[in-house]
Amino acid sequence: MRSKFLKRVRALDVHLVLVYLFLYGPIVMLIVLSFNELGLPTAWGGFSLKWYGELARNTALLNAGINSLIVAGGSTLVSAVIGTLLAIGLERAVRSTLLDAFVFVPMIIPDIVLAIALLSFYSLLKMRLGLYSIMLSHIVFNIAFVAAIVRTRLSYFDPSLEEASMDLGATQIKTFLKITLPLILPGIMAGALLAFTISFDEFVIAFFTAGPGQPTLPIQIYSMVRFGVTPDVNALSTIILFISITSILVAQRLSGMRGVL
Amino acid sequence: MRQRLGLRSNRQGFWLTAVFLLIVLVLVACGGGAPAEEGGEEAPAEGAEEEAAPTKIVISNWDAYMPEDLLDNFTAETGIEVELALHATNEEIVGKLVASGGRGFDVVFVTGQFAQALNNQGLLAEINHDLIPNMANLYPEVSEIAFDPGNTFSVPYTWGTTGLCYRTDLVDFEPTSWFDLLRPPEELVGKITMLQTDRWLLLPAQKALGFSANTTDPEEMAQVRDLLIEAKQNLLAYDDTTFYSRLVSGEAYLVEAWDGWCNYGIAENPDIAFVVPEEGSDLWVDTMVIPAASENQEAAHAFINYVLRPEVASWVVENILYKVPNQVAMEQIDPTLIETFPNLGMSPEELLAQEALLDVGEAQELYTEIVTEVLASE
Amino acid sequence: MKKFTQQLVLLGPGLAWLVVFLVIPLVLILSYSFFRRGPYGGVVYEFTLKNYKQLFSPLVLRVFLTSLRIAVITTGLALLIGYPTAYAIATAAPQWRTTLLGLVALPFWTSYLIRTYAWIVLLNREGVINHFLMRLGIIHEPLGLLYNEFAIIIGLLYGYLPFMILPLYSSIERLNPELREAAADLGAPPLKTFFTVTLPLTLQGVIAGSIFVFVPSLGNFVVPELLGGGRRLMIGNLIQNRFLKARDWPSGAAMAFGVMSIVLILLLLQAWATNRLQEGGANAE
Repeated sequence: MRSKFLKRVRALDVHLVLVYLFLYGPIVMLIVLSFNELGLPTAWGGFSLKWYGELARNTALLNAGINSLIVAGGSTLVSAVIGTLLAIGLERAVRSTLLDAFVFVPMIIPDIVLAIALLSFYSLLKMRLGLYSIMLSHIVFNIAFVAAIVRTRLSYFDPSLEEASMDLGATQIKTFLKITLPLILPGIMAGALLAFTISFDEFVIAFFTAGPGQPTLPIQIYSMVRFGVTPDVNALSTIILFISITSILVAQRLSGMRGVL
Repeated sequence: MRQRLGLRSNRQGFWLTAVFLLIVLVLVACGGGAPAEEGGEEAPAEGAEEEAAPTKIVISNWDAYMPEDLLDNFTAETGIEVELALHATNEEIVGKLVASGGRGFDVVFVTGQFAQALNNQGLLAEINHDLIPNMANLYPEVSEIAFDPGNTFSVPYTWGTTGLCYRTDLVDFEPTSWFDLLRPPEELVGKITMLQTDRWLLLPAQKALGFSANTTDPEEMAQVRDLLIEAKQNLLAYDDTTFYSRLVSGEAYLVEAWDGWCNYGIAENPDIAFVVPEEGSDLWVDTMVIPAASENQEAAHAFINYVLRPEVASWVVENILYKVPNQVAMEQIDPTLIETFPNLGMSPEELLAQEALLDVGEAQELYTEIVTEVLASE
Repeated sequence: MKKFTQQLVLLGPGLAWLVVFLVIPLVLILSYSFFRRGPYGGVVYEFTLKNYKQLFSPLVLRVFLTSLRIAVITTGLALLIGYPTAYAIATAAPQWRTTLLGLVALPFWTSYLIRTYAWIVLLNREGVINHFLMRLGIIHEPLGLLYNEFAIIIGLLYGYLPFMILPLYSSIERLNPELREAAADLGAPPLKTFFTVTLPLTLQGVIAGSIFVFVPSLGNFVVPELLGGGRRLMIGNLIQNRFLKARDWPSGAAMAFGVMSIVLILLLLQAWATNRLQEGGANAE
């Protein structure tokens, strides 16, 4: 029995290793290439930081990065607040499967459908497209993600904690600030982090609702990739990967929000 | 029920909290909304209130399609301020102009057949040649371009044609026909790319079969479709943007290319050559137009006049490697540049011998249909 | 009354946002899909069913079928690869699980476009894989790995595999190992145990994961363009072309609702299956 069990586990583990190879092989390759003096995938020309230098001089890409930070930051702030209110409302004030399903829609709707719908809507309003139109669009699905995560957190703890606090004479705002908020704060932060990441990386909706001349990072990368493969993209991906891993680790340490990943 | 009690039992406190959150929200919304007001309310028709301020015109162009310091120099010289908008495609800017009735822009850079379409809709102002003395810098032949004889609504900026761009060291014969692209010899199968934008996707088959590049005959278009579906089997990819780098890397041997873009390949590898097939090709012209709704017609004309200066046009030749219809500029070009990039030396007669692309009007739907069928075929 | 204002403050901003930026835009393109296109783009407000008739033309149907085929194959592969992965993680030593799971999700936090781009570098004629195989002498001519359906499927699979593994993991992890052991003790061979006990009990995870992979694969237009070289048209490409190139918004809108209805049918099926499973579970207890 036991040896059979071990054998099965071993087969599964081999599979697991292969899957991680599949997932990480391409990424590791890009990281290695980013340090290749030649910038070619097929020949090694020695270790070099040349492409990072190129990247630092690529103002178009840096501007696009700043645009993405603005879009992701703005949409995260708004959706963190609205999404948290919505989560409290859905969890504590109104229980309705219909509303739950409605709030779920932005997470499952194909992005291209939402993209063309928003583009049509903005042009009907004769709105000039720009960073803020991407931001407004991203808030739609970010609200849903924040609300979903905060709700999970809310459902973990017993409302009687809040009641107890108020029975002991605390005002509601005090109760909210001292009891509810600290308890759901990891959820809000996790939701905000998720929203930020999704928004920062979102391409399709941004592509349709961006104004000319103000690309976000994914739009800029898209046009770079379409206009040929340049080695500074490798350097850029290494930096993005490094930043994401660091921020996730920091977020995990700070809030102990394991399982959010 | 129990679950709700927590927030309901002290409503006043709840309210404070909610108001607090809303204030945060409003602050955030204002911060995020500020650019919205700058950009969103931009309806230059209302600029009238600021008439005391210097004249300001809005132009829209492709990115990096004119000298970087052009706008500053123009403003310094004329006192007319310029706001630059960018568009990525003709379709995008035409869509905008149709939607806004042409309001919001004073000068727009757009390819000839799209200019014609805008004019057919009555969206363009008539060009007043008296306000553009630099028209004299252009070849006299520009008044013969088929989509706008006499340059009544458009002023040409750059022009060129489409042909075959190939590696002389990897292709062991001299391609002369569109059929070399469409029905290639065995050794070229899988080493060929074609353009994907509809007019240029159709062009090789239209010309190879001896049809007009502007044909609206469904019979002819059906033949074009069949030939293109047959040709698709031999393609590496459809490619509008990287075909010249594929030539440089040797991934492709022979590609359909715009003349100027083939020059980008030649710049990196002198073994690359460009040829216009014997069946003929197109003449494309990027033009400047003034929307009829522009409220700064005079300033718009002044801008076009400025762009027609020889030094602006020769910047385009030297930096973008496109041909310009500016005779004065072309005559100043360093002859070694033309030696390196022979297609820059094409004369206006040679270019005008090609067929100018025209707006096909209602037949655009047929074109879209055929292109979709080709792209969707397996 | 006060309860109403409380609900208004809590739910108002979120629901209002979704109504303005989700419901109204969707209703707008739904109505566009019944109008005629203007000759130069734009919409002529004149009722027509032409756009929906076009949806069932052989041409558009074929594109739909191609997209469905690619999405189904991608989902099937993701399930085949993802299930054992999720199973291996869920049955790993507890102290490893979080890390293993985190490693599955991590690539997801890097740019999607860059991950797609990595496959161009890998599959290219001058790319890593061809170079490697030629070095080893396995092949002498580079293989045409890029710009075909295979490349599209690899790209989609790579992008969305974590979407399959995560829900599968949570449903497998919840599984009571004693059930499996009981079946084994009763003499059921491992495969039979898997198909009669494990799989049915994790079916919800299978369904959820499949939907998370299927839906974004179906509407994708970036991967077919970058890895398919424009030689395979998927429905996302068609919608993008209709909107941004042909500027035929009504027909693009009708196609979008074609995609939406497929997604909707899948979600209804999922809801139905979940209900059945829960009833079945309740009966079993």
